[in-house]
Parts: sequence; C-alpha cells; structure tokens
Amino acid sequence: MKSYIPAIHFRSVSYEAGGKKILKNITGSFPAGKITTLVGPSGAGKTTVLKMCNGLLSPSFGDIVVSGRPIGDYEPTDLRRRVGIALQDAPVIKGTVFDNLALPLRLRKKELSEEAAEAWLEDVGLEKEYLDTKAAELSGGQRQKVSIARTLINESEILLLDEITSALDRTSRREVEDLIVRINQKYGTTIIWITHNLEQAVSIGDYTWVLINGKLVETGESSLLEHPQNERVLEFVKGGDA
Amino acid sequence: MSPVALSLTLIFVLIPLVLSKTLHLGLEKDTLIATVRSIIQLFAVGYILKFVFESDSWTYILLMVVLMILAAVQNARKKGKSISGITWKITATIVAVEVLTQGILLGFSIVPAEAQYIIPISGMVVGNSMVLSILFLNRFTAETEAHQDRTELILSLGGTPKQAIHAQLTDAIKASMIPTIESQKTMGLVQLPGMMSGQIIAGADPVQAVQFQLLILFLLLTTAAVSSILLGFLSYPSLFNERMQLLRERGID
Repeated sequence: MKSYIPAIHFRSVSYEAGGKKILKNITGSFPAGKITTLVGPSGAGKTTVLKMCNGLLSPSFGDIVVSGRPIGDYEPTDLRRRVGIALQDAPVIKGTVFDNLALPLRLRKKELSEEAAEAWLEDVGLEKEYLDTKAAELSGGQRQKVSIARTLINESEILLLDEITSALDRTSRREVEDLIVRINQKYGTTIIWITHNLEQAVSIGDYTWVLINGKLVETGESSLLEHPQNERVLEFVKGGDA
Repeated sequence: MSPVALSLTLIFVLIPLVLSKTLHLGLEKDTLIATVRSIIQLFAVGYILKFVFESDSWTYILLMVVLMILAAVQNARKKGKSISGITWKITATIVAVEVLTQGILLGFSIVPAEAQYIIPISGMVVGNSMVLSILFLNRFTAETEAHQDRTELILSLGGTPKQAIHAQLTDAIKASMIPTIESQKTMGLVQLPGMMSGQIIAGADPVQAVQFQLLILFLLLTTAAVSSILLGFLSYPSLFNERMQLLRERGID
C-alpha cells in the first residue's frame, strides 16, 4: 500500500453521548490532497467523524491531529474555516440565496461581490437568476447546491462533505462530482466525503474508510470496495447491514 | 369601603362558583382556593405595607424589595431549567433593572424617596421583569431548539457562538417585548390601566392619576427592554462550551 501524508489523523478516538458509544477506538488517517470516501451503514458514526474533523464535536477519548497540529491547538473559528463542512440537511439562513452565499464572509466582516456569488453559483450548476430567490423556497437539490457553494467560499484546505449529492438528480450529481474533483486537483484540497452510493465512493474516491457500528473496520484505496477482503465489509457491500 | 360592602363583593365569587357547579366545569375548588389565597395574601401585604410605611425605615423598605425579588426569581427560574446558572442570571437581571429604574426615579427626584412610592413601583418593576424573563425564556428555548441547524451551520462556517445564536436571540427578545409595546398602544382606548383606575376610585385627580400612569408605562418599557436583553446576553453563552461547540450537538449517522 502507498504511504500518504495525513491531513487529519485520529488516534484511539472514542465518542460517547447519552450513555451510548458512538465511536469506538478509531485510529486512522485521511490522506492530504486526496479524496477519501467515508462509507458505512446508517448509524455507523460517519457524521460524528466529520463533525469531529471540523471541531463541532470533540472526542470523549483519544486525539485528533489536523495538518500536524493537535486539534485543540487551533482557535475553533480558525479550524472551521480551514476545515469546511457541507452539512447533510443543507440548512439555510433566513434571506436570499445571496445572503446565504455571503454568510461565510460576513461572519468575518467581509462582503461577497455579486459577480463572485454568480460565479460560485455557476460552479455548482445553478443559474445566476437564483441569487435573489428566497433560500426557503428552494427545492432540496437546489438547497444542497447552495450549501456546497457556501462551503466552498471559505476556500478551506480540507473539505468535509456529508451526503451532499443525495438529493440531486443524476445530471446534477455528475456536475457536483466533477466540481469537487476539479477543486481537489486544482488546489490540492483534501476531501472527505460521506456517501451511501458505493459506486460513487469508488469512482470519486482515492481512499476509503469503512465505518460499521462505530468501528473503523477497513481503510485503503477505494478499489477495496470492489473486492472486499474483510467479511463485514463484504456483507455491507452486498447490501446487508453488516 | 365598609366591611359590609367588602363582604358583598363575595357575590362576584359566588357567581362563577354557581356557574361552575351548574355546568359541571369542576372549577369550584380552584376558585375557592384562589379566593382564600388572594384574601389572605392581600391583607397580609396590606398590613405589612402599613407597618413599613409607618416605621419609615430603609431596612424594612430594602427587605420588602429583596423579598419581592426572591419571589420573582423563584417563579421565573422554573422556565429556564435547561440554561445552567439560570437562578443567578435572573436574579442579576431583576436586580439590575430595579437598581437602574429606582436610580433614575430617585436620582432625578422624579418621585419622593419614600416607602409609599418605592415599594409599589418596585413591585411593578420586579413583577414585570419577572413576566418578561418568563416570556423571554419560553421563546428563547423554543427558538434555539427549532433552529439548532442554523446555529450549527454558522458555527461550522467559522462563526462565533454570539454570531451563531444572534438571530434566535433577537427574535426571542423582540417577541418578549411585543406584548408590552402593543398593550401601551391601546392604553386608555381599550382599557384603563389598573393603577390609574385604583387612584381614580380612591378619589385622586384623574389628570394626576394619568401622570403617574405615564410614569409607570415608560418605566415598564425600560423594564421590558433591559430585562429581556440582559437576560438574553447572560443566557446564550451557557448553550456552548469553551470549544465553541453546541452542548446539544447531534452526531451519529
């Protein structure tokens, strides 16, 4: 197996909430500059892993290292700009699509130009006419696209994507996949992408984490999903709930 | 009012009792308890006030105000159980509002520094501050729960807890102040305020009664604004930890 420089490293990370063990002693790395797909059945703890990378949650036990520094050494606001996340439900704030796109900069007392907003919208496959649309009136797929564009505006070194194409049709999904691959190749951005679509996990991913019931059961190049050696991964890939 | 006339006012208690019995509303017990409690509590307060007014002692005045604040805090804190340290936060809010309003009233000699003025006005300020605190806490708790995804979104984009909760905080502050502002708009048109009515019935000059009522209305505007804003800014930090994480953050999947 090739060796990679880790962008994020988990060392014996466990997480408990409400008396329930959600992550169990996870040790593993997300390679820098690569696209890692994170797969596993519902309730495996995938979103928890993502929220830990972004500092929205902290481990109950264990350590996380981001770009060579312990995660606790970062100012939370600084960490979250470096490690951007597009959340699964694609939440929007009150106001227009433009207000939503401008949000990351406004949090830093900066403004987004209308031209830049239009360019970001086009990148995610939305027409610029949508800029003045009320965000609450968008369809699920359109909201997801706005959410992706909004995350990209912070120009983070690491991007965390939580099921961002689940509400999109086939064409839109391809557009977003192409965009993320382009960003990864152009800027060397590290991508960590949760997906339920195993075909997508293989075609997009360089590297894959398989999480089952809070445990990291397999890591390696994404092709591992095509010929799983691990019995639980095999069962998951075949469509069982492992 | 003569004792006979006072006794006759019990007719107004008998009417709902008879109606409740006839229509099987089951409110007789609560109506009786409410009547007995109000008779005992109001007479007790009346005699205590008489004693405090006659003694003309600052110790008793302060003691009365402290008792009012303690009772108000005890009542309001139940609504903010989910917010840590809510007891001291409500206490600080009500004390701040009381000190501010009395400071202005006495500092500018708007009212004389006498128990007869300080205690009833304090009662209105503390009581309204308590109601505002309850209204604010109800709304703030509901807003933060309903819009947890927005709070999380702003944090995830690198916003501070204050930025993340700002919209919910201002919505809750506005919502808790609206009843005070709205009721003042129709004051004198729809209803005559209780204090003014009381003064007029007791034989005071209606214009003078209006002047005092205006003083109270303006005072209550400040009470409403300061109570909800101060309590808001004291409350929101307890929803987050030192790593700027929502304490009720969701994970899994």
